[in-house]
Amino acid sequence: MPEQPGRNAIEVRGVRKVFGIGESQVAALDTVSVSIRENEFFTLLGPSGCGKTTLLRLIAGFDFPSAGEILLHGQDIAPLPPFKRPVNTVFQNYALFPHMTVAENIGFGLEMLGKPKTEVKARVAEMLKLVKMEALSNRRTSQISGGQQQRVALARALAPQPKVLLLDEPLSALDFKLRKEMQIELKRLQHETGITFIFVTHDQEEALTMSDRIAVMSSGKILQIGTPWDIYDKPAERFVADFIGETNFLTAAISGMGNGKARATLKSGVTIDATVAEGFQPKDNATVVVRPEHAKLTSGKGDLSGTVENIVYFGTDTHIHVRLDSSEAFTVRQQNTRSAGCGFELGDRVGISIGNDAAQILRD
Amino acid sequence: MASAEEVAEQAERREIRGRWLLSAPALIIILLAATGPLLIVVIYSFLTPGPYGDVVWKFSTDGWLSVVMQRDIFDDTLAFADAHLSIFWRSAKLSFLTTIFTLLFGFPTAYFIATRPARQRDIWLFLITIPFWTNLLIRTFAIQEVIRNEGIVNTVLIKLGIISQPIQMMFTDFALMVGMTYVYLPLMVLPLYASMEKIDFRLVEAGYDLYANRFQVLRRVIIPLVKPGIVAGSILVFIPALGAYVTPRVLGGTKNMMLGNLIELQFGQGRNWPLGSALSISLMAIVMVALLFYVRSAGRQGGTHG
Repeated sequence: MPEQPGRNAIEVRGVRKVFGIGESQVAALDTVSVSIRENEFFTLLGPSGCGKTTLLRLIAGFDFPSAGEILLHGQDIAPLPPFKRPVNTVFQNYALFPHMTVAENIGFGLEMLGKPKTEVKARVAEMLKLVKMEALSNRRTSQISGGQQQRVALARALAPQPKVLLLDEPLSALDFKLRKEMQIELKRLQHETGITFIFVTHDQEEALTMSDRIAVMSSGKILQIGTPWDIYDKPAERFVADFIGETNFLTAAISGMGNGKARATLKSGVTIDATVAEGFQPKDNATVVVRPEHAKLTSGKGDLSGTVENIVYFGTDTHIHVRLDSSEAFTVRQQNTRSAGCGFELGDRVGISIGNDAAQILRD
Repeated sequence: MASAEEVAEQAERREIRGRWLLSAPALIIILLAATGPLLIVVIYSFLTPGPYGDVVWKFSTDGWLSVVMQRDIFDDTLAFADAHLSIFWRSAKLSFLTTIFTLLFGFPTAYFIATRPARQRDIWLFLITIPFWTNLLIRTFAIQEVIRNEGIVNTVLIKLGIISQPIQMMFTDFALMVGMTYVYLPLMVLPLYASMEKIDFRLVEAGYDLYANRFQVLRRVIIPLVKPGIVAGSILVFIPALGAYVTPRVLGGTKNMMLGNLIELQFGQGRNWPLGSALSISLMAIVMVALLFYVRSAGRQGGTHG
């Protein structure tokens, strides 16, 4: 879709980043283009080494692109040093200054911008309140907990009122409960400040719950950009479906293409309807994906049949791993109830029925 | 039967005894090697000089008085003399300058090494330590070869027609500063490197990210973080520089004496061991007082970081 350039906080156009020289060159980013809208919570999601942090560092100005442009509100910032960009970063390990107090850390950016002392003081107080750290303003950063350091890092990056806030896996060092709390906290802060957030993570669940839009990256390329719903339910290719959530992959013979749909004949001989990913022209054989929660286990006959191999209890639901007769693996997720077990035992012969509209044909 | 408390008490006593026994070798060495000779120097400073050096075992405060006074050779009256004090002052000044110069040259050097890839760093550090392999005297004579009137610098400048007369560099404070800075530079670079290597360079990036330019990052982030290295390096350079002997002797000549040379003079040609001893102890006292002030003020500014 065409977008007005003024409405985009960040526009990355054909950016390449190559590390090393000569034959040992590695392309960390391979011609990446993405537009990030104003006030958006945008997430770069991918496994480690996919180039997401490189892209973030290029936007922050710690590295410079080998080719391409980076626009901030329509202005090319690629050649500017980091201290001339109205963009701030929350670092992975926070990178708080150990020789300063909490308040001094938060005020550092404003001080460097040459703001008058009274203004710095007022803004620091405001920030301390925003992240609920008023009581600890005179502590050294080594004397506060990880979650508190996280809040200080956020306050420090937000204090100069950047146009864009970059967050480099900021929650990865926190334990599970604190991480959940901070996810909500981050959404609140983004809502209250109205600043564009660009969030880097390898945690797909974090990305799904927090983002307005997600860009899934792999080996220096952006594979898909979309809302969490798009990414989860309409993955563009196999890698995206595999990386986000759990997925079953089946090989099928394709026939009767048309209208974004196709008929897929599974190895069990059963033919089902499947959606074809946008812009994909499958040949004779292709991968069909089915999410575990979109399939149902029956004790009778289904679209597929097999033997129960493993049952894993997760509290809210149970994952039942089935070995299909075609020797492929298939997992079904079944909601739990309080009164009864899952109703199946190891070694049971079972059928699997795939719901309408559950199957998709994806590019490998 | 001994009660449980008695057994525990005995065990504790045994452990304390064991600890003393284990630390005894170190304590004996400290006592013999450090305190012993120092005590002898203190005693010598209160004795009478012998005719051919050495001391006569007769109490006298002349050694100490001579540090700041001079006895008139005709009527034996004591008068204030600043000859020794001016050498003290000169030594302190030159040592301070040496510290500043080694810091100015050593800081970028250490920063350069610390920012190299890990494998390259060892090579650079190795290069820094190479001068230690050569005798100090030989290195000092090498500098003399470079800066003397018929030396490399003057020869080249005259051949190029830039100057017609050689520039007098030997036996000046300039020569002394060149020599001292050269000799003590590694002692500054190594501790600076040790604390720079520990810097998390993401803090530098955080500084840039928060609108600090290069100079501000240096002043507000890097220097506070390497403060322990600056303190250690300054101490390692200033103290031996204060007592430097070879470099001022070879490059500074007899006019530009430093404390080390003055003390040597008393034990050699001067044949005044008590005065030499008194000067040595004064030097030690000055170093200790200076150190106390320095460490205290550095500690206050640096806070708990380190």
